[in-house]
Amino acid sequence: MSQFEIVSREDFSEVTYLLEVRHPQMARAARPGQFVIVMLNEHGERIPLTIADFDRHRGTITLVIQAVGKTTKQMQQECRVGTSLFGLVGPMGIPTHIGKPKKVLCVGGGLGVAPVFPQARALKEAGAYVIGILGFRSKDLIFWEDKFRAACDELILCTNDGSAGMKGLITDGIAVALAGHADVDECVAIGPPVMMKACADATRARRIKTMVSVNPIMVDGTGMCGGCRVKVGDDVKFACVDGPDFDGHLVDFDDLMTRLRRFTPEEKRAEQRWSDSCRMPQ
Amino acid sequence: MPVKRSDKTPMPVHDAQLRAHDFVEVNTGYTPAHAAFEAERCLRCQDAACVDGCPVNIPIPDFIHAVAAGDMPKAAQILRGANPLPSICGRVCPQENQCEAQCHMLKRFNPVAIGHLERFVADWERTQPVTAKPNITRKEKIAVIGAGPSGLVCAGELARLGYSVTVYEALHAPGGVLRYGIPEFRLPKSVLDWEIGVLKAMGVEIVCNVVIGRTIKMDDLFENMGYAAVFIGTGAGLPQFLGIPGENLNGVMSANEFLTRMNLMGGYKFPENDTPMKVGKRVAVIGAGNTAMDAVRSSLRLGAEAAYIVYRRSEKEMGARVEEYHHAIEEGVDFRWLTNPLEVVDDGNGWVSGLKCQKMKLGEPDASGRARPIPIEGSEFVLPVDNVVLAIGTTPNPLLTRTTSGLMTNKKGCLVADESTGLTSKALVFAGGDAVTGAATVILAAGAGKRSAQAIHEALQQAPVAAH
Ligand SMILES: Cc1cc2nc3c(=O)[nH]c(=O)nc-3n(C[C@H](O)[C@H](O)[C@H](O)COP(=O)(O)OP(=O)(O)OC[C@H]3O[C@@H](n4cnc5c(N)ncnc54)[C@H](O)[C@@H]3O)c2cc1C
Ligand SMILES: Cc1cc2nc3c(=O)[nH]c(=O)nc-3n(C[C@H](O)[C@H](O)[C@H](O)COP(=O)(O)OP(=O)(O)OC[C@H]3O[C@@H](n4cnc5c(N)ncnc54)[C@H](O)[C@@H]3O)c2cc1C
Ligand code: SF4
Ligand code: SF4
Ligand code: FES
Repeated sequence: MSQFEIVSREDFSEVTYLLEVRHPQMARAARPGQFVIVMLNEHGERIPLTIADFDRHRGTITLVIQAVGKTTKQMQQECRVGTSLFGLVGPMGIPTHIGKPKKVLCVGGGLGVAPVFPQARALKEAGAYVIGILGFRSKDLIFWEDKFRAACDELILCTNDGSAGMKGLITDGIAVALAGHADVDECVAIGPPVMMKACADATRARRIKTMVSVNPIMVDGTGMCGGCRVKVGDDVKFACVDGPDFDGHLVDFDDLMTRLRRFTPEEKRAEQRWSDSCRMPQ
Repeated sequence: MPVKRSDKTPMPVHDAQLRAHDFVEVNTGYTPAHAAFEAERCLRCQDAACVDGCPVNIPIPDFIHAVAAGDMPKAAQILRGANPLPSICGRVCPQENQCEAQCHMLKRFNPVAIGHLERFVADWERTQPVTAKPNITRKEKIAVIGAGPSGLVCAGELARLGYSVTVYEALHAPGGVLRYGIPEFRLPKSVLDWEIGVLKAMGVEIVCNVVIGRTIKMDDLFENMGYAAVFIGTGAGLPQFLGIPGENLNGVMSANEFLTRMNLMGGYKFPENDTPMKVGKRVAVIGAGNTAMDAVRSSLRLGAEAAYIVYRRSEKEMGARVEEYHHAIEEGVDFRWLTNPLEVVDDGNGWVSGLKCQKMKLGEPDASGRARPIPIEGSEFVLPVDNVVLAIGTTPNPLLTRTTSGLMTNKKGCLVADESTGLTSKALVFAGGDAVTGAATVILAAGAGKRSAQAIHEALQQAPVAAH
């Protein structure tokens, strides 16, 4: 039996796809907020991906991936049902602390939509009133609306072009939610750093505890390289072992965004080289 | 008969001009003629002090005698009986502080090149077919956590004693620092792979991609998976930072990140391999241990035009092996002794443009017995660099202890373990190597793994554990 076999796949859009991977040990161990490190092949990069769902009975974990660069695009092309990943390790990171909030916003944008799902579900199970706020660019990129509707008491969909839900950015969705509910006591926000920064800014004035899941560049994911370090208040933390969840009001997002650009020219080069090789006749 | 010659037979090397730009192994190894010539220098001392200098007490005169007599199988057998990783230790042991430091020849001459001879024998052995076979005679299963030298050696010894052993490794490939830290030009991966191949031939199972404490909890190893004992060899992989301003700038890396990208991920072959690894024109490496030497020499190989060692103490306090230091000088590394980094300078766009330093002078000895460096007022200057690599030490990774109850650690985060057996504060859990001592050496880790294997064997014989 080959390890880390892909047992199902779903394509949500041109850029977003879901992989369900067999790993019974991890399915048993996983908790909301944790992530895995994936290697597509022996020469591949180690990339972190959130565990978007896990099924202890089937012995599988689910990843929802946005094709943004070389590795995620190559995975989109090569990961079919029946194929296997070269490496898969986890669950990494400290599970999200599911406290006892009464009313909570679960905000997901872009590649953060899937990762916020297990948290919304866990919060709901813990008895919270859950308001889901999801942001997509347009209608055809929407996925998991049904899953979120089942896990949330209210769902606010935002699209940039207004093709579904309300027209606007995720922060507009937050404004609507906050206007309608004076008693929101917690917010969970996952997505690109700019979005998480905007969310933290939106909740700051009302001092709503806001947890974000940061996504710095990682290598090992075990606390060994320090590449994933982020500034949180006066401290420097390793996101892979101290996080990935941190207090959004303390995270230095500008530092995070600068550090995410560490390898931009190399990333472009790798992607170009790969897409050229794809176009070459076999 | 021994022949009096004052100098060690020099190790043939790959040319310094060429090698500063490639990753080929620097030392090319003795030829049989070199080895015979050097072996003749050994006095075969009755009270061979060299043996006491070796942490695993290799019967050095005996194996060297076998080399001199041309009996390679015997030499290999003697070595392997005492040290399960001879091809690695022959290459990376700090011999000048260990076996060779005690050699009687040192009184008048240079010591016998014990390390070079050990490597010669082990390299010969690698050309022979692997004869190791599984020999499972015991019903107990043992789990080893971490596939660094301590874990690998412990697993090999346990397999030899008849146990079935599984090694769990967090990364996707086994070897620990030997894989992710020490570069190809010092320890070729083919050497490590061969040693791991021997372990596999003995029936040791190595399972990568498993983090004990996360994928599998330590207690599950006993309760649900039926292991009778556990050895922890998780190393000291947590990198330290200085806490100076600018440390988060792009272009600042821990040596662990630098070396992991390069060695484990093969980043020096980017874009053939996906993991990017790049250095700018000028690289400053802070620190002066083996890790610092590996990083600074790698920087040159990755294309840096200038590579500096910045160290606040002097050459005398340097922790690196002498051989590496000499090789680094030959390759053109620029050493800035008595220089203390104060701040990493921002180029205005979030990237490094320089390292602000202060000159130091040496004062009285400090707690570590080394002369304390004292800043010289007004001596600040900026060294223009594009990258800063921190090689200022590592401490044990807290991942396992954070997720396991009942494992005692000391102030420095090292596991508390009995010195002679490695027994921890948890029953039937043993530990050794850097996880216990803090960052040390390959041979000390290997020796600890071997001792714990014996201790596990004894513990299980005394109190046979009911099959789970
Ligand atoms: C804890 C964590 C959880 C994540 N969860 C998900 C998820 O569930 N789904 C998803 O689609 N993506 C997730 N990501 C982001 C994902 O890891 C990156 O998109 C991926 O590594 C990009 O690789 P690439 O080769 O395809 O693109 P590249 O061309 O290498 O990079 C494209 C962009 O991604 C960023 N990036 C590059 N390498 C990494 C890296 N190792 N870690 C983080 N960002 C990187 C770069 O800054 C760049 O802007 C997560 C990241 C982290 C840290
Ligand atoms: C760059 C560098 C150069 C060096 N050069 C020399 C030299 O020339 N000579 C010398 O003698 N020494 C040298 N050393 C020191 C030497 O490498 C170490 O002392 C030695 O490797 C320690 O062995 P170990 O088995 O204790 O741990 P390590 O080699 O650190 O191996 C530990 C392993 O455990 C794994 N692990 C950790 N936690 C878990 C977990 N929870 N679950 C599963 N796996 C886990 C890690 O991934 C790792 O593979 C050097 C060190 C470095 C970093
Ligand atoms: S193992 Fe190391 S210390 Fe022992 S003899 Fe070999 S080189 Fe010397
Ligand atoms: S002390 Fe030196 S000369 Fe004497 S046996 Fe050991 S290696 Fe040979
Ligand atoms: S990814 Fe290496 S320390 Fe976090």
